[in-house]
Amino acid sequence: MLPFLAYALAFLFVPAGEVIVGAFKNAHGHATTEHIRQIVHQPYRQQYWLSIKVSLITAGLGCLFGLAIAYAAIREGTPRVVRTVVTTFSGVAANFAGIPLAFAWIATLGTIGIVTKFIHDHLGYDIYGHGFTIFGERGVELVYLYFQIPLMILVIAPAIDGLRREWREAASNLGANSWQYWRHVGIPVLMPSFLGAFILLFGNSFSAYATAYGLAANGIALIPITIGFYYSGNVLSDPHLAQALAFGMFAVLAVMMLIYVPLQRRSARWMR
Amino acid sequence: MAYLELNELRRSFGPVVALNGINVSLDQGEFLSLLGPSGCGKTTALRLVAGFDRPDSGSIVVDGKDMTRVSPNRRDMGMVFQAYSLFPNMTAEQNVEFGLRIRKNKRGARRKRVKELLELVGLEHAVKRYPHQLSGGMQQRVALARALAIEPRVLLLDEPLSALDAKVRVQLREEIRRIQTQLGITTLYVTHDQEEALSVSDHVAVMWSGRIEQMGTPSEMYSAPATPFVAEFIGTMNRLQSVVVDGERGEVEHAGTRLTVDAARGRTRGEKVMVLVRPELLVLEPSANGAAGDNTLAGEVVTHTFLGSVTRLKVQSREAELISDVATARVASLPVGQPVVAHVPNEGTRLLTLTEEPASFELDPDNP
Amino acid sequence: MRRRWIAPSAIVWLVVASAFFLIPLIATFLFSLQSLQTNKCCTSAAYSLIIHSHQFWHTIRLSFVLALETIAISLLLFVPTVYWVHLRVPRFRPVLGFMALVPFVVPPIILVVGLLNLYKGAPSWFYDKPYGFLATAYVILAFPYMFFSLDAGFRAIDVHTLTEASQNLGASWRTTLVRVILPNIRVAALGGSFLTLAIVMGEFTIASLSTFQTFPTYIQFVNETQPYEAAALSLLSFLIVWAAMLALLFVGRGRPRPVQVAATR
Repeated sequence: MLPFLAYALAFLFVPAGEVIVGAFKNAHGHATTEHIRQIVHQPYRQQYWLSIKVSLITAGLGCLFGLAIAYAAIREGTPRVVRTVVTTFSGVAANFAGIPLAFAWIATLGTIGIVTKFIHDHLGYDIYGHGFTIFGERGVELVYLYFQIPLMILVIAPAIDGLRREWREAASNLGANSWQYWRHVGIPVLMPSFLGAFILLFGNSFSAYATAYGLAANGIALIPITIGFYYSGNVLSDPHLAQALAFGMFAVLAVMMLIYVPLQRRSARWMR
Repeated sequence: MAYLELNELRRSFGPVVALNGINVSLDQGEFLSLLGPSGCGKTTALRLVAGFDRPDSGSIVVDGKDMTRVSPNRRDMGMVFQAYSLFPNMTAEQNVEFGLRIRKNKRGARRKRVKELLELVGLEHAVKRYPHQLSGGMQQRVALARALAIEPRVLLLDEPLSALDAKVRVQLREEIRRIQTQLGITTLYVTHDQEEALSVSDHVAVMWSGRIEQMGTPSEMYSAPATPFVAEFIGTMNRLQSVVVDGERGEVEHAGTRLTVDAARGRTRGEKVMVLVRPELLVLEPSANGAAGDNTLAGEVVTHTFLGSVTRLKVQSREAELISDVATARVASLPVGQPVVAHVPNEGTRLLTLTEEPASFELDPDNP
Repeated sequence: MRRRWIAPSAIVWLVVASAFFLIPLIATFLFSLQSLQTNKCCTSAAYSLIIHSHQFWHTIRLSFVLALETIAISLLLFVPTVYWVHLRVPRFRPVLGFMALVPFVVPPIILVVGLLNLYKGAPSWFYDKPYGFLATAYVILAFPYMFFSLDAGFRAIDVHTLTEASQNLGASWRTTLVRVILPNIRVAALGGSFLTLAIVMGEFTIASLSTFQTFPTYIQFVNETQPYEAAALSLLSFLIVWAAMLALLFVGRGRPRPVQVAATR
């Protein structure tokens, strides 16, 4: 017990606190809000917005597609083996991220990627000539979906399992069609899990560093990339600005939680 | 013309024949129980009527209209499930209101109807509670109110009491019957509990391996079982394998003892039959010397099982094990080990022609 | 309605999903077979270059040993803690559960910034060595997965009765823990360990910012200069995750599904 607390204190809480405190210090160790004021201006404001946008989009699409695929794999009529394959693969794909994932996508849809060339050679369409790039915002979102969707499948599968056949039958028995069942029963029952999954996916995408770095280290200015840039000992290194940016990440996550908690409370009213 | 008709319904799941052609016809306002052990097809039959499943062949007719191919949400049948069927995200009130909302009834009319129904099932104090805040019995009351709210043509109940405590079970089944009679609603009730079926129904259909073995009023089913299976399934029965000796006088021979039973009159000599005697009709007397009088079987008391006002005694006779219900007040004179004679009554016994041994079956409270 | 066949919409979703998830893997494989000279298929040159690379063996060994070290420290730290909490201070369990969520809220990028700052002046055997600094940070990353795995394992057994029975028979605390409790939570501990393995073998953020050369940073390094080898390495990395997940499924078969997500992105 004690060794554990000491460990968590020394290597988790104090470092996290150090970042927050550091955000309010200047290079000489004096208190200042200079860096905090700096991060709400350009280019950082733009970078925060980009990070939030990418996270919202990949969390939203991840939730929707993940839900649809999980439901397709679990619903009655689908053979059990499909479900096993889907959840096992999701376990792998949700963990397959970072540099190797980035590179797998470069090999697929990069400028000389297999699929890029296939489309060019066989379908006569040059996707890069038409504005697509795996190294830009759309590309990052596409690649993030590769771990966001499986994560959603893993998180939402137990909730879908919890939908009882009796509810669907009772609804149908009382005159409801399929859409009415989903509107009045299915979606409200899944909503608490769905919101929880959304916030998890948001955080997952928001704090992702390695995948974006491997994909487009200098091409896309997400906040974690910028923090890494200011910290990685290059000439522009500015630890306190990095800490201020990190503090900003905390703030964004905190705001998300502030939005999430009352929504969650409202949607889970019937559970208490 | 009957109100609800099931004609030659058949349904197989792969190689398993769940329903092997059943026929039912029920007048408006009647209460029919489908009774049988698990896997006998009774739940399959109910699901076909509700429309959750389609029959391979046969038809379902309600009030002259063929419903066989109608989708479940257009059938106007109210169903009460075994358990956990309430929508967890809605209060008791909202659950009952659901069917009316789907039907786009006016708000005021909905409110009024919901209130009436929740009063009918005795839950006016719990309208704002969510399902998980209700006891099992209360949940089933809400489920009943919800099924009744849409004024269904037929009420379907799928073992609605099987997940409840014994005491609640008895209380609620009486209430179901009261409400059903009050509303005059045609009802199909599925259960594996024979006591339940006999106590609430107008008619009982005993099902076994996809067929209806016998259908009749509860008292017919109890006093005149048509097959060995029904005899065994409904209540407890002494079964004495015998051979007809004299059809004119009604004499049969069981394990070397001659018995005279009215039911054997008119049978042909040499016919193999089974004499069925209810435990309460088999009268036990202590016998000092083991000698048997007329129409008696000799044996020895093996066990006592206290059942309240009566005690059930097992008696080992020469060939069969006999069961007799004795008034508890008399039991002191029949201790374990006491040699006894059992009087087989002339009247009130049934005789079944033995064509084949009934296959073995198990009583399993779980649904298939 | 009880369906007799798979729903058409389900088929559509499953087919689309298979395409999205399998195409990049297949493409990466085809890409790794291309030759550097001709940019055409098919050669296994990339693979043979990798297995003859000194760097490859060095970094993969480093990452693997780091993983083992992280697992060892985690188990030593968390098993007694979780055991103690279940046995003596169950009130503290939610607190521990809450603490286990903190690493989710603190992105690795922030954690590494804090750690580097805080321990700048630490002795070099700790600060400058992967087995010191990196392993320490990785234990924090592994914390949620280890904790939830172990917690589920301990919840599944009756810690009180087992402990009392063992002590009643004269066993010491140490004997109880080693001979009675550990064998019963072996599956949970193994589950957490395989997840930790998957994390450490793929962790890039912390390793890269603290400038250590591990397997993932090696892939990134190769990525910058030798695309076909990088594709081969990516596939290899995917296979490592597969192996860890299959091992996880294998040890946990017939039991409630263990915690399954552990990536660091």
